Amino acid sequence: MSTDLDRLHVVVTAKVKLNDLVTRFEFVHAGGKPLPPFSGGAHALVEMRDGDVTRLNPYSLMSDPLDPSHYAISVRRDDAGRGGSVFLHDKVQVGDRLNLGYPVNLFALDLTARKHLMIAGGIGITPFVAQIKQLQSTGGAFELHYAARTQALATYADALRAAHPARVNLYLDDQNQQIPLERLLSGQPPGTHVYVCGPRGMIDWVLTTAHALGWPPEAVHFEEFLAPQPGMPFTVELAQTGKTICVGEHESLLEAMEREGVDAPYLCRGGACGQCETRVLAHDGTFHHHDHWLEEHDRNGRKIMPCVSRFEGTRLVLDR
Amino acid sequence: MSTFQFPPSIASRPTYGTLGPRAGAAQIMLADAEGAEALLAVAKTDPELMRRAHVIYIPKHTGAQFIDQLRAANPAILHVAPSYAACTQRLHRVFSAAPMGAQLYLAGTEGLIGQAMALALQIGIPKSAIQTEHRGSVARRVQCVHCKGITEDVMIDPFQCSHCGLNLFVRDHYSRRLAAFQGVCIDAEDPGNVPPSVELYS
Repeated sequence: MSTDLDRLHVVVTAKVKLNDLVTRFEFVHAGGKPLPPFSGGAHALVEMRDGDVTRLNPYSLMSDPLDPSHYAISVRRDDAGRGGSVFLHDKVQVGDRLNLGYPVNLFALDLTARKHLMIAGGIGITPFVAQIKQLQSTGGAFELHYAARTQALATYADALRAAHPARVNLYLDDQNQQIPLERLLSGQPPGTHVYVCGPRGMIDWVLTTAHALGWPPEAVHFEEFLAPQPGMPFTVELAQTGKTICVGEHESLLEAMEREGVDAPYLCRGGACGQCETRVLAHDGTFHHHDHWLEEHDRNGRKIMPCVSRFEGTRLVLDR
Repeated sequence: MSTFQFPPSIASRPTYGTLGPRAGAAQIMLADAEGAEALLAVAKTDPELMRRAHVIYIPKHTGAQFIDQLRAANPAILHVAPSYAACTQRLHRVFSAAPMGAQLYLAGTEGLIGQAMALALQIGIPKSAIQTEHRGSVARRVQCVHCKGITEDVMIDPFQCSHCGLNLFVRDHYSRRLAAFQGVCIDAEDPGNVPPSVELYS
């Protein structure tokens, strides 16, 4: 690793199954100390040692940002994924020790906003749970519009509606309910910021609609953590370290570099923060970019985000 | 032509751009005097946008010269006001009711642009939703840093404060909060020793 943040050593104190897909994990400091405060929208990397494989997956913290007694994350089980969520669901038990990264916020509330309009899809609710707790203590105006597949899968909807009946709106796919996005974004008072966290399609829908209605980009915030996609194995030459490494089908380029002892920078490991941006020195083949970070003109053989993106071809040389 | 190229100055001095049509949930336009020409240029580029616009216009010395042209551009609302002071209540109402996504176009003198900008930001309209274009007079709105009185349409430097009577040197130092340049006493140490006034940017 090249971020110089140390790990937080924690103990799992609760594992609460919320519905068929989502389980909440709660952690306290292993040394009994207070955990660092964070700001609503922050995430932490959870280090998972699963046999020979070590994964670092980002999860939004959804406990009260100002409560240092514990952290909580809510994890959606993804059986088709690379195994991080399944490992947490199946293997991690109360009493286990885990390492967390320090909280990092790439989805913070803009506190100059007069009002916060939050749009959540599915498990994308988690950062908003912490942000709403933060706004409760500072008295900020907010409005949440939360879409979920069914009532049973609308994690935390009941608690949020009970606490904020006038501010929380729920939309259920199986009831054919849809967020009236255009109407919502057409009638917000000056100084409103909109935040969206959910599946890619929802994020694109909100960004496109907001842009068409004239919303300035700095008033539109989004977060989507991407799990690294599996793909064809490929070989990479690293010019600085002089190593040639093979990236396996189910590991990311960043994970392969770490496995080979290469000190590569990273922060979110989800294609969002830009920390792992790496220059491409030579290539012969096709890039499979999966990040939210690079500009379009950098995607054609200039740069790559090793945390989520892949390559298919005969030769790739990186400045690392 | 009503445009003027301001020479480079200190960082606090406002700079202005060129208005262009932008998609938005509402279109709000405010101009004084020759600023009307900048609005008419937007209308020429995008007549459809102009038909949705709320235009507030203060003719100042131009009289009826631009009013008919603005009316011919067929904005949704055209309000002609005798002065900025006379339309501040309307501006307050229009800015406060503007939804996020509304686009604001300010054109004309620095005093008008600065005051409307300060009001819009105070109400919460994002800065990036506000376009400005300077047109017409280079006269300045100046605050006397001694008595705090503001003198409008200052064309010469130094000038006499219209409130306290001190002789003021007109600085490029600008207050966005007050929408005014700062005027500082020029003969404090040697009262009466005041250089002859020259016209701004002459």
